[in-house]
Amino acid sequence: MSEKKNNAVQEPLFHLSKRAQIQPWKAWAIRLAAIVLGLLVCGLVAFILIEKLNQKPEKITDFYYSFIKGSFSTKRKLWKFLKNLAILQCISLAVTPAFRMRFWNIGAEGQTLMGVLGCITVAFYLGGQVPNWVLLVLMFIAALLYSAVWAVIPAIFKAKWNTNETLFTLMMNYVATFVVSYFLVVWVPSGSSTLGKLKYGKLPSFGHEYLVIILVVALLTVLLYIYLKHSKQGYEISVVGESVRTAQYSGINVKKVIIRTMVVSGLLCGLTGYLIGAGLDQSVTTESVGGQGFTAIMVSWLANFNPLVMLITSGLISMLNSGAAQISQDFNVSGALPDVIVGIILFFIIGSEFFINYQIIFRKKGHEKEAVK
Amino acid sequence: MEKNLALSMQGITKRFGSVVANKSVDLDMYQGEILAILGENGCGKTTLMNMIAGIYFPDEGKIFKDGKEVVIRSPKDAFDLKIGMIHQHFKLVDLFTAAENIVLGVEESQRYNIKDVNNRVSEIALKYGFHIDPQKKIYDMSVSEKQTVEIIKVLYRGADILILDEPTAVLTPQEIDRLFSVLRRMKEDGKSIIIITHKLHEVLAISDRVAILRKGEHIATVDTCNATESSLTEMMVGKKVTLNIDRSEPVAPQARLEVKGLNCVDHEGVQVLKDVSFTANSGEILGIAGIAGSGQRELLEAIAGLQPLTSGEIIFNNPKKDKPVTFFHKSMARVKELGAQEAFHDEYGNPVSFDGMTNKQIKGWVESGKVLFREDEVMNLRDKTPLEIRELGVRLSFVPEDRLGMGLVGSMGITDNMMLRSYRKGHAGFVDRKKPRALADEIIRELEVVTPGVNTPVRRLSGGNVQKVLVGREIAFAPKVLMAAYPVRGLDINSSYTIYNLLNKQKKNGVAVIFVGEDLDVLLSLCDRILVINSGAVTGIVDARTATKEEIGLLMTQTDTQEKEAVQ
Repeated sequence: MSEKKNNAVQEPLFHLSKRAQIQPWKAWAIRLAAIVLGLLVCGLVAFILIEKLNQKPEKITDFYYSFIKGSFSTKRKLWKFLKNLAILQCISLAVTPAFRMRFWNIGAEGQTLMGVLGCITVAFYLGGQVPNWVLLVLMFIAALLYSAVWAVIPAIFKAKWNTNETLFTLMMNYVATFVVSYFLVVWVPSGSSTLGKLKYGKLPSFGHEYLVIILVVALLTVLLYIYLKHSKQGYEISVVGESVRTAQYSGINVKKVIIRTMVVSGLLCGLTGYLIGAGLDQSVTTESVGGQGFTAIMVSWLANFNPLVMLITSGLISMLNSGAAQISQDFNVSGALPDVIVGIILFFIIGSEFFINYQIIFRKKGHEKEAVK
Repeated sequence: MEKNLALSMQGITKRFGSVVANKSVDLDMYQGEILAILGENGCGKTTLMNMIAGIYFPDEGKIFKDGKEVVIRSPKDAFDLKIGMIHQHFKLVDLFTAAENIVLGVEESQRYNIKDVNNRVSEIALKYGFHIDPQKKIYDMSVSEKQTVEIIKVLYRGADILILDEPTAVLTPQEIDRLFSVLRRMKEDGKSIIIITHKLHEVLAISDRVAILRKGEHIATVDTCNATESSLTEMMVGKKVTLNIDRSEPVAPQARLEVKGLNCVDHEGVQVLKDVSFTANSGEILGIAGIAGSGQRELLEAIAGLQPLTSGEIIFNNPKKDKPVTFFHKSMARVKELGAQEAFHDEYGNPVSFDGMTNKQIKGWVESGKVLFREDEVMNLRDKTPLEIRELGVRLSFVPEDRLGMGLVGSMGITDNMMLRSYRKGHAGFVDRKKPRALADEIIRELEVVTPGVNTPVRRLSGGNVQKVLVGREIAFAPKVLMAAYPVRGLDINSSYTIYNLLNKQKKNGVAVIFVGEDLDVLLSLCDRILVINSGAVTGIVDARTATKEEIGLLMTQTDTQEKEAVQ
């Protein structure tokens, strides 16, 4: 029939259709395949670039060896890797409650930075004047307070006037950076605006210097998992995230949940700030958080907002970072190479999500699918 | 008179899954005529027109434009064939001016020049008698101005067939009048116009011919001059079909929910409920009939505490006199509060006072079943939130129209959905999933829900199963009032009967059931009384055992005499 022929011509080579569901193993297989593929492409790109730059032949396996070496070759590197993982995991935990509520808080960077500022402010003014444990407690309170306030401002605006939380939290990052710059100028009048390591307010350590941080974050991961999965508040967060109308129907006070959840997010950011300020740096700069507030968004997202899975994703990202840094060191190439490697791998990981949500149907395989809406 | 076919559809069929939206529809339209498409809601009017406009592609059938067979795959194809559709929900960019919106997406050979566009828009407006400022931004415009922009957008692209989907639904009588005079001018200019509507008097006032659709099928096309309101209604609703729904006589009905003079304004300032008053009795199913969007949703949501009212009362009568107080639906705080108001007496008729008692003692006394209500409880639910209503101990169940967007959480399993309205129970901060799990198992068993497991997201279940889960949960709440909005929409015949039986069982248990439906046959077979709502106002409450479909159809479509005069 002429019409049938007509239709065949109209049908494109392939079209995309949203998957109704996918088995978990299939989804993980796709993700794994993407990482492997990403690593292969990375190896190839790095190999070509390094060869061009250094003018001497290298083995492609050297590249992978170097990559692994970045995180695991020495005990020190392993501890550092675990510390990086812990800090990234901690910020990722912080953004998760809000994300589960579909509140797109991309201001964890600023919220955490404010936490660092809060605890360093206390250490700067009260250091040496009060007993060390009092100082540490006050620093802790200040860190939580600063971060929670920074987080709750956009939440209040969202709840009361339905402002866009993404833009608002993004802008708050810049404000936080400049607040820190301001205090650095006040505290360090010499003009260098670099605050040296403070003598007071160092978190006590046992075992290894990073052990406390790692244990705190491990505990927090479990607690947050329980909070989200088994508490009434966690249940409310999920309902609000799914549909505000359903939440209203079930009698949930949506505004209250938005504000409360952002306070929780802010407190967790504050805790991270405290770990950075009191546990590691004893100082504050505008780069104290170093972009991890943004990386955390990806970590949380890739883990599908599940705190336990997040351990894997934050581990993966931390490994990527240190591995890439090792490569640039070993092969004596510019600091831009790590960014290229990380970029390629993330491209593949994020790209794989597309194939988890959609499937490609080639022509002839099925008939014309119904386009619903 | 010589009449040329402008558009012809032959054997058009469109299915959505198992639902047939249009079934071999043949329809002709001539140049320079206004053709009205009339039908109840859900009868496939809009789907049919969407296939001409390139939104949907027909599964079967052919479309001819000016005698030639055409294939319309996209709205662009439709525009190339000079067919334009004005949708019910406008598709405009708020931040753009009228002219910018009109020119958006038009591929022109000459360079883009907004001044030229402005001039041409003004020309079109002048020609047909529109009033429009091409440089006004959309967000500054009233609804009728936006509609004007949509119409000019179509004319600007040179359309000679215009399809208007429910154009009068959003307009005031004066604006409708103006729109109709514009349409008449376009007709004189040789344009063909299709107008989708369910308002009979408008059909009679504006159209040359009327095509009637019913349940996806084209029933007839008649010349408007030979039609009357009642002849059209009859064709639209069809003859009564008797359904095999078992309907018992209400047993000792008592006024359970009294709604008095409800008025309600939506966020756009449109009055969606006008002085609605009715009484829902226990042991009775009260049907609510009306064209979609006549205020049914707002009415139920107002009762459920989800819609703010401008005035009115919602009185809930709880027949509690001499019945024991329980903690099933009363919190300890509420029991104490009522105790302080001397609302209880003991089995000997002595007033109950909780003064000086600990919570534990009170609990023991109440659970012994010897604390009784002195009087029936009468509560005003106005301005109460859903949570407050529940805390008052009012057992009000609500099956909303939007099952997954309101009644259930699509990404959660059946267990988690069971706790949606009860997760607050228990004092600790953690949710108890044991009881919801048991309830989920019970519902799956009793209502034969087909699901891979209690934790499978309900979004993945079929429509019928989703509805069983929702209705099952609301019934498990042991309601005194059960409101269900379109509970059988999209369900197959077996699932529909399961739902009817569930509602009937509730009725026999003395529940006041409010059933919003769209199928008049079902309403007439299931309900005891039917309230007809039209543009937010009650136009009648009829006895379902004696009423006819035509009677209800007329009540659904009749309009104030004032509005009628404005049109004619």
